Amino acid sequence: MSALTRQAGETPTPAVGRAQRRAGDSRGGLGRFKGYLWVLPALAFYLAFAVLPAFHTAYLSLFDWDGVTLATFVGLENYSEVFANSRYRNAVGHALLLIAFFSWLPILIGLLMVGLLSRHRRRGMTVYRVLFFLPQIVPLVAVGITWRWMYGDDGVVNQALRAVGLGGVTRAWLGDFDLALPAVGLVGTWAMSGLCMMLFLSGVQKVDTSLYEAVRLDGAGAVREFVTVTLPALRGEIAVAMTVTTVAALASFDIVYVTTGGGPGTQTTVPGLLVYRLAFSEGKVGLASAIAVVLSCLILVIVFMINRLSRTEP
Amino acid sequence: MRLRQSERWAGYLILTLLAVGIIVPFLSIFFASMQPSGSTVTGLAWPDEWSLDNYREAWSVAGFSGLIRNSLIICLGVVPATLLLATLAGYALGTMRLPGGNAVFMFFVAGLTIPVELIVVPLYYNLDTVGLVNTYWAVILVEIALFMPFGVFWMRTHFRSTPAELMEAARVDGASSGVILRRILLPLARPSLMTLAVLVFMWSWNQFLLVLILIQDPDRRTAPAGLGYFVGQHTTNIPVLSAGTVIVILPILILYLVFQRSFIAGLLQGALKG
Repeated sequence: MSALTRQAGETPTPAVGRAQRRAGDSRGGLGRFKGYLWVLPALAFYLAFAVLPAFHTAYLSLFDWDGVTLATFVGLENYSEVFANSRYRNAVGHALLLIAFFSWLPILIGLLMVGLLSRHRRRGMTVYRVLFFLPQIVPLVAVGITWRWMYGDDGVVNQALRAVGLGGVTRAWLGDFDLALPAVGLVGTWAMSGLCMMLFLSGVQKVDTSLYEAVRLDGAGAVREFVTVTLPALRGEIAVAMTVTTVAALASFDIVYVTTGGGPGTQTTVPGLLVYRLAFSEGKVGLASAIAVVLSCLILVIVFMINRLSRTEP
Repeated sequence: MRLRQSERWAGYLILTLLAVGIIVPFLSIFFASMQPSGSTVTGLAWPDEWSLDNYREAWSVAGFSGLIRNSLIICLGVVPATLLLATLAGYALGTMRLPGGNAVFMFFVAGLTIPVELIVVPLYYNLDTVGLVNTYWAVILVEIALFMPFGVFWMRTHFRSTPAELMEAARVDGASSGVILRRILLPLARPSLMTLAVLVFMWSWNQFLLVLILIQDPDRRTAPAGLGYFVGQHTTNIPVLSAGTVIVILPILILYLVFQRSFIAGLLQGALKG
């Protein structure tokens, strides 16, 4: 969502500006601030229940606190533990790996579909669109439970494998030490692909059709058409899709919580799960806060990088 | 430009394959929920005998009726408040020339990427101090704040696109800012408000981690949080677990099918408007 930031810098449209300047000038001085009364309630809620808690988390991350007794100031010790202890470090690694499944794969699938479909307008897209957005609408907890059942011993995945004669590779996927994380990741792929696809398809509709006609007259095939026209036109959409899906991967909690609970062992533990467990079952509030801060910084940096890269012209 | 028929059909074939991929998990859980309670279910299986027993069990015994009610109460608190506050702020930031207005707007936008993980720990302890943990209020207040960045962004975008002449004309007639908003802008804002309403309802309905932490009492949790808790209890009884899952999905699914235009417009434009 944060690719939205781009809009903020622009100046007010002249039309609005004109009307407002007159109203503003007539009052002058402090009167110009009167408009803030309208913003105040929203700002108050946002400050009290989102911004301040965020800073409070950063503050708590500097303490050793079990949530009950007196806290001791430990400086950055919690942070050094996050990076020193493999359990915490790996959780961050898992989240980064999930980006490939939540973000890259869906974007690739989306682009592939656009390449295949964009060559002409289609009827009956409404039904497909409603279907492709479905995973975005339902609670991720329900998605997780559904896939936990799909991946189970008697689930659809194994059923399908047996049906095509691959009975030998069937297993309890989410219990498999090496495959649990990719299995969880593929749930994300399933959930995000439709969104990416629809974003790209709607982006392609805006491309001037004469551009397509021009490259086709040049004798370009589907591939060159895609690379020279479609892909550059979708820069913005790709950046948005990447931002949304990457944030979903890094801050993932719901799906992991219900499918594997972080297991087997700690093979699918993600930072969100650690924040929850450390703060509310293991009594390590400071450490949980430090992980939350690290996670948020990671999200900020990556979102910033995506927006930067998408804006520089090739 | 005419394209070969084969290419057209290949496109539909691929679309349909993907659609099947999306729908199979839902069908699988739906069929499982219709099987007799406690039976062993295998994959995607057409039920021999259709029965609603699992739904009855999930609804009354497992307490999903209460969970759904809790969810509705929270949504009813969050949606109107978010709409109201976002409209007021979006109106001022979108149409008035406020000193530093852009900075304030940026400050809201910066909140778009705040993950729940970052705020939930101190929220729990602070709300506990004032006795709000385990109440609907805790979740309602925090969700309003959490959705405010998007709400303000969305409504500001809307108000900026309304023709300034409308406001100017009304101002010449001596209308105050409040009257202009109520009489002139709000009726025009209905589609935008509708979209925001369904999105906020959806986010509130689907919120999990926040509820899991702020409401520890299983009876007061929302439907998804209750479902998450329920998984631990009923791992083996797939039919009842599936029924519970369908019950949690159903309200938001119906809303989606009724307001699919608003949902899709919101999800696409919400992501893209920047």
